[in-house]
Amino acid sequence: MKFGVVQFPGSNCDADAFHAVSAIVRQPVEFIWHQSENLAGCDVVILPGGFAFGDYLRTGAIARFSPVMKAVERFARGGGLVLGICNGFQILLEAGLLPGAMMRNQGLRFLCRQVHIRVEATDTPFTSAATRGQALEIPIAHMEGNYFCEAAELAELERNNQIIFHYVRSDGGDADAGDREANPNGSLHAIAGICNRERNVLGLMPHPERAVELGLGSADGLVIFRSLVASLAAAESARQRASGVRAAVPA
Amino acid sequence: MPTQVATFRRQGAIGSFLHKMIDTEIKVTPQIAAEHGLSPEEYARTQKILGRDPSFTELGIFSVMWSEHCSYKSSRVHLKRLPTRGTHVVQGPGENAGVVDIGDGMVAVFKIESHNHPSFVEPFQGAATGVGGILRDIFTMGARPIAVMDSLRFGPITAGMDDKSRSLSASRARHSAAGKEKTRESVRDDGAPASGPEIGTRVAAEEIARNRHILDGVIRGIGFYGNCFGVPTVGGEVAFEACYSNNPLVNALALGICRREELFFAKARGAGNPVIYVGAKTGRDGIHGASLLASAEFSEESQQKRPNVQMGDPFMEKLLLEACLEAMQTGAVVAIQDMGAAGLTSSSSEMASRGGLGIEIDLARVPQRETGMTPYEIMLSESQERMLLVAERGREREVFEVFHKWGLDAVEIGRVTEDGILRVLNHGEVAAAIPAHAIAEEGPRYERPIARPDTASEAGTSAGAVAAARAPLAAVGADLSANFRRLLASPTIASKHWITEQYDSMVQTNTTFGPGAGDAAVLRLKESKRALALATDGNGRWGFLAPRLGAMHAVAEAARNVACSGARPIAATNCLNFGNPEKPEVMWQFSEAIDGIAAACRVLETPITGGNVSFYNETLGKAIYPTPVLGVLGLMEDAECALGAGFRNVGDVIVLLDGAAQDGGLKASATKAEFASSEYAKTIHGVVAGSPPAIDLAAEKRLIDCLVALAAERAVLSAHDVSDGGLAVSVAEACFGRDGLSAEVAIDATGAEDFAEAALFGERGARAVVSVAPASLARVNAIAAQYHVGARRIGTVTGGEFRIQCQGATVIQGSIESFRRVWSESLPKAVEKA
Repeated sequence: MKFGVVQFPGSNCDADAFHAVSAIVRQPVEFIWHQSENLAGCDVVILPGGFAFGDYLRTGAIARFSPVMKAVERFARGGGLVLGICNGFQILLEAGLLPGAMMRNQGLRFLCRQVHIRVEATDTPFTSAATRGQALEIPIAHMEGNYFCEAAELAELERNNQIIFHYVRSDGGDADAGDREANPNGSLHAIAGICNRERNVLGLMPHPERAVELGLGSADGLVIFRSLVASLAAAESARQRASGVRAAVPA
Repeated sequence: MPTQVATFRRQGAIGSFLHKMIDTEIKVTPQIAAEHGLSPEEYARTQKILGRDPSFTELGIFSVMWSEHCSYKSSRVHLKRLPTRGTHVVQGPGENAGVVDIGDGMVAVFKIESHNHPSFVEPFQGAATGVGGILRDIFTMGARPIAVMDSLRFGPITAGMDDKSRSLSASRARHSAAGKEKTRESVRDDGAPASGPEIGTRVAAEEIARNRHILDGVIRGIGFYGNCFGVPTVGGEVAFEACYSNNPLVNALALGICRREELFFAKARGAGNPVIYVGAKTGRDGIHGASLLASAEFSEESQQKRPNVQMGDPFMEKLLLEACLEAMQTGAVVAIQDMGAAGLTSSSSEMASRGGLGIEIDLARVPQRETGMTPYEIMLSESQERMLLVAERGREREVFEVFHKWGLDAVEIGRVTEDGILRVLNHGEVAAAIPAHAIAEEGPRYERPIARPDTASEAGTSAGAVAAARAPLAAVGADLSANFRRLLASPTIASKHWITEQYDSMVQTNTTFGPGAGDAAVLRLKESKRALALATDGNGRWGFLAPRLGAMHAVAEAARNVACSGARPIAATNCLNFGNPEKPEVMWQFSEAIDGIAAACRVLETPITGGNVSFYNETLGKAIYPTPVLGVLGLMEDAECALGAGFRNVGDVIVLLDGAAQDGGLKASATKAEFASSEYAKTIHGVVAGSPPAIDLAAEKRLIDCLVALAAERAVLSAHDVSDGGLAVSVAEACFGRDGLSAEVAIDATGAEDFAEAALFGERGARAVVSVAPASLARVNAIAAQYHVGARRIGTVTGGEFRIQCQGATVIQGSIESFRRVWSESLPKAVEKA
């Protein structure tokens, strides 16, 4: 089982994601340079937060053309697990791996604070270790996290249970319209994170890698990494069983 | 006569260079030299050093390097009095930043620097490039920046800050021809409240709007740069005084860490080694930023200096950081210095001078983003995100490869030479040839005249007493709740959450305590069990009333804040913001402040490892309050012992620690003259007078040692010092940290001159409010006694109403939520709903 963290010029949460996986989750992890078209056999690819290519033009707009994104696209289409955090989420939107777009936060200011998000589905490899309805305390830090999509897309997201995280109040209750305390950036339907239809690509604005140690305020983000580890372990043992069966057949 | 100059002359180099000088250049005259800010004596000195008239490019080089900003010509004789050595100090002042040992083979690199004038002219870019500049100072030494802090001072952003001062300002505005500027005056002297003259209120409103604009731009600029670069902005302070209206202070502190053997110094070595330019291209921006912008007073035309402000690109700087650290790892880099103030000029001449060598560069090879730039412009450009490095001859390729990987320019523009001369060629022709040491180290030094101003004695004694007496003190037992609310809402005391949440304070995942969570920011070290703590402080009003005492308080408060977090203060950096040094009163303030800092740093064992002097903080002849800002770094053995400022549990005991009360009791809280200097006196009574509280440095040291011990033994659950707004504000702030917590406190005001308001709102130092689990109380008392620090139980953390009693009478009462609301909503209301 191996994690890969992509480094774009201007990524600045790459080392944090690396640290969370290697020092806290204790799994093998390596960096993948943006000019590489080779994902080095990684089982999970993390697109980290930051300001890839300075976020010039538009967040994620230039990063999506990096050579590594071709490989990430192939990997995702083949069922590989891709986690986009913050700027990584923005890049996934630009690359068309997830639907919708980001607008500036409603207050037009950068916001860094602890927020609460609710796990809406546990049938993804990113949330399998969580319980449905569980509220996680995880920080945000962004200028453009105001998620938007067309009504038809939203209906599609809802129909397929692709909205994995909503911003919620600290007690886990729904954010009322206009509640800037609970939904700080004004996201459509308080959407904080979504996955693709196939459920192997997830993007979220909050930073789970910043919430893996109690000493830094919260360890609620760990559940996402633990889910990934459990999902990969399950897939691996299933593969082994399958190959074991195949091996047994000719004998 | 320095030997290098002598050598230079003997070789007869000057004559041969002269005829090769580019003849298209402007001929230098004493008039042109004067326009460059060089005095006749300084101009003569350049002629003496060269043995001829300087070329136009050379004049530019001398003028920036000998500017106040770069040469410290007025301050150097005084700075020598600062203590710079200590057990932890690896590198004191003189390099790009100070370095201290933090154990486990690691060092911390830190420094604070001002960017005041650029931030007034263009708040967003001024503040952004201030952050960018200080970050480069850190990573040019091989350290990865792990935190930034900002110490900010603005003019008033609310009209209702205190009605008296507003009406005073208004009346002054009416009586003055230059009314617009007059509103900045302090409210120290008398002035009959005017009955709202139209012109006065209108001007005041304009000024407030401008201050809000400056505040907003500065905040956005700091966030823009730090957030993108990927360094957490972990705190600092923000204060408001009328004197900063046309001269805000933007002081940025950066902290980095690396292994001791990874440190890099800006000292050229090895004649023949290539000099390599890396990073952004050179443009015409920022020319004379250091000399004309930072080293001169402001006038009405100052807004026209906007072209002198640099433009920041944090993305470029992030690439530069990664590339520089990676290039350093190759072992092929010999020396490196960032191009900050005075750009290519300072980086080349200073690296050469430190190494006792020369550098020859060819400007034709410098990457340029504009065409037709003259040697003068290229040498003086302050384009951001550039570095100059010296590599080992034969290993250039390794350096180039790293920079090209990061998509950055890296070009060999010259070489290190033996002759000690900074030689600037342009397409093979000599544009400048000056002994490097003469530029970097032989600038003028001034012992400027010093004179104690009348105002100091006036404010400190007689007038202070009068003003203090005028402040109507409340009757014994009177309800002070309304005044307390106004105090909590005053922008200096109100929550800065609205500001700090615009900064990424968590990136790099080391921030144990970020903005507002503790008295100091605490950063754990991933490489060890240890943690670093960082705080900045400096009360300009106190500096104005008594510069020496004010400076001592700045050191003491920053150190105390670090200790409240549980860390031992180990070193300091300072940013000295003053007026025009050519004025004897300003130099007196400066000299006094230096003595104050020196005295406090000695006792508190926090040597000064670097910093910056910012003079000429004046607009139209009016100086700011003398504002020394101190940044203190602390070291904690166990990151898990770090303490926040907020109470933790209902039922915990609130204890007031007092370093000045060795007997366990509490000292009288303040005299009237001291009280007149408080935030309360200013906010509620419109009085800025008297003297800062007397300081007892030994008491501060006892309190610091006690706090560190209490944290290490895990005897207390929170610690928050008593400072702006006094004990009442300190207790309330400790409640605000967590929903549902409140406090009940009872204090006695004892002593002849003591009175309830002084007991509640007096700002005497050496005190801290700690919360203690009931079971630990005996242990806390024992530890306090061991350090000869007074510890008195003053109340309990509750879940109900907030209440403070004084002499048995309830003087402050109300729901904690109502107090929290005024405290937290004041700033966003002032700026956003304006």
